[in-house]
Amino acid sequence: MHKLSIKQLSEGLRAKQFSSRELTQFYLERISRYEPSLNSLITTTAERALAQADAADAAIAAGNAGPLTGVPLIQKDIFCTRGVRTSCASKMLDRFIAPYDATIVEKLDAAGMPMLGKANMDEFAMGSSNETSWYGAVKNPWDLERVPGGSSGGSVAAVAAGLAPVATATDTGGSIRQPAALTNLTGIKPTYGRVSRYGMIAFASSLDQAGVVARSAEDAAVVLQAMSGFDPRDSTSVDRPVEDYVATLDRPIKGLRIGLPKEYFADGLAPSSRQRIEQAIEVFKTLGATFTEVSLPNSPLSVPTYYVVAPAEASSNLSRFDGVRYGHRSESARTLEEIYKRSRGEGFGAEVQRRIMIGTYVLSHGYYDAYYLQAQKVRRLIFDDFKRAFESCDLLLGPTATDVAFKLGTNVDDPVAMYLNDIYTIAANLAGIPAMSLSCGFVDGLPVGMQLMGNFFDEARMLNAAHQYQQATDFHRQLPKGFE
Amino acid sequence: MSLTADQIRQVAHLARLELKPEMTDAYARQLSNIMAMVGQLSNADTANVSPMAHPLDMHQRLRLDAVTAPNLREAFQAIAPATENGLYLVPKVIE
Repeated sequence: MHKLSIKQLSEGLRAKQFSSRELTQFYLERISRYEPSLNSLITTTAERALAQADAADAAIAAGNAGPLTGVPLIQKDIFCTRGVRTSCASKMLDRFIAPYDATIVEKLDAAGMPMLGKANMDEFAMGSSNETSWYGAVKNPWDLERVPGGSSGGSVAAVAAGLAPVATATDTGGSIRQPAALTNLTGIKPTYGRVSRYGMIAFASSLDQAGVVARSAEDAAVVLQAMSGFDPRDSTSVDRPVEDYVATLDRPIKGLRIGLPKEYFADGLAPSSRQRIEQAIEVFKTLGATFTEVSLPNSPLSVPTYYVVAPAEASSNLSRFDGVRYGHRSESARTLEEIYKRSRGEGFGAEVQRRIMIGTYVLSHGYYDAYYLQAQKVRRLIFDDFKRAFESCDLLLGPTATDVAFKLGTNVDDPVAMYLNDIYTIAANLAGIPAMSLSCGFVDGLPVGMQLMGNFFDEARMLNAAHQYQQATDFHRQLPKGFE
Repeated sequence: MSLTADQIRQVAHLARLELKPEMTDAYARQLSNIMAMVGQLSNADTANVSPMAHPLDMHQRLRLDAVTAPNLREAFQAIAPATENGLYLVPKVIE
């Protein structure tokens, strides 16, 4: 059952081949069987899932089923879920029971999707390997000695191992796309403002965007459809109709103009990964797409820009964790200042502390112009690069990551080396454009991802191209050994 | 750009973070490396470039001046470390 697409699961449910309770039970059993080797979940919510499954079965029996009714999912533990622990993989929120639901939780609950559990992640979504989680590292099902990528490492490990058909994820600098690439999944970060951020624990508010990781573009499209749309509770939500991502999947892509940013194919990209991407380009050509080389001259500056902008916003957002209103409070604190300092010192892990300090530093008097203001100006240059590229192209194509998944522990003491993992993904967040990753083959049994980037609100076109590619290839259907 | 252990302690104070003393040197080294990487930004020519704070050119939406949020004080205080009579408790600040 875990090999079926969401469409097939939905058809099976409507045809009464299996009930949502049976399907949910099936995934819960896979979770108890495989989870000990992966550590992909922080919390399993079996009771909640089965109650939702029963409600879905009733809706199906009554003829009120939508395309997702009864299909289970996993929520990244960054989304507030009322009555369920929402930890953001931090000791700070280890005992935090969210008092309200995130908008996307409300929407996907309303769509009838039983929530199997809450996915592990890098602490406060800060990381590219899922090794900063207070609940321990997540393992990549393709090789248990390797990282699944991050920050949405639990979401991808769970879906890649067939513990759920789909999972939500978030992407501030690549946290959907890089893990999807490392685990053979399809992951999409929509345009900034397309999906509500209400109830999604903030990391860097001008960059954060929610999305989905799935086993195909078709599966991603139907779930993204249900998540997207205007939300008055998010002040940066965009009031604009959502396109029909599913209806446009089958369009031929003949004549699609795809740009290849030359900076994305320069030194730094593993030759074996480059070769897989070049093969994918040939597949797109047989489908009728045309290719031109483009330049994003400021893209080498995207990592330095991000490591000013994101920590600056994070240091401000994370100031809310003060040990007073919710979250961890130090037991040894005797004064108010000690409550602040010790609760934050004990509650935040090293990577979160590093980013808070960088953010505090670049925003402090005397450094603001040199770092923060300069980074905002370079952000404009990066944005303008994309604007120029999309004058002559419909989509851009390049690598998602520099190489296949690396071994656990490789970069834990070298933050800069870790940060460079996101060299191809960060620019899309800085510009706000939609981007996705999908599998384009394997190197020594490990998945290689390629990235598609689109113009603002061009999710449908990206998903269409990805789906057409997946109709012509079967990389995305491969499952890791031991999890078949 | 190199940060000293003293600068780390100062930034940590500004951010209200109590660091484990044995971490200070490692943080100084790591943050120095990060700031060296960030230093590449100074090479970019940004004369006449306006700063970009946000990807969308949007204005703050306004809404009718009507009460819409329900009172969730009890739910919010149920997850607080310490409360009394609807107030959050902290150690005495003013003698």
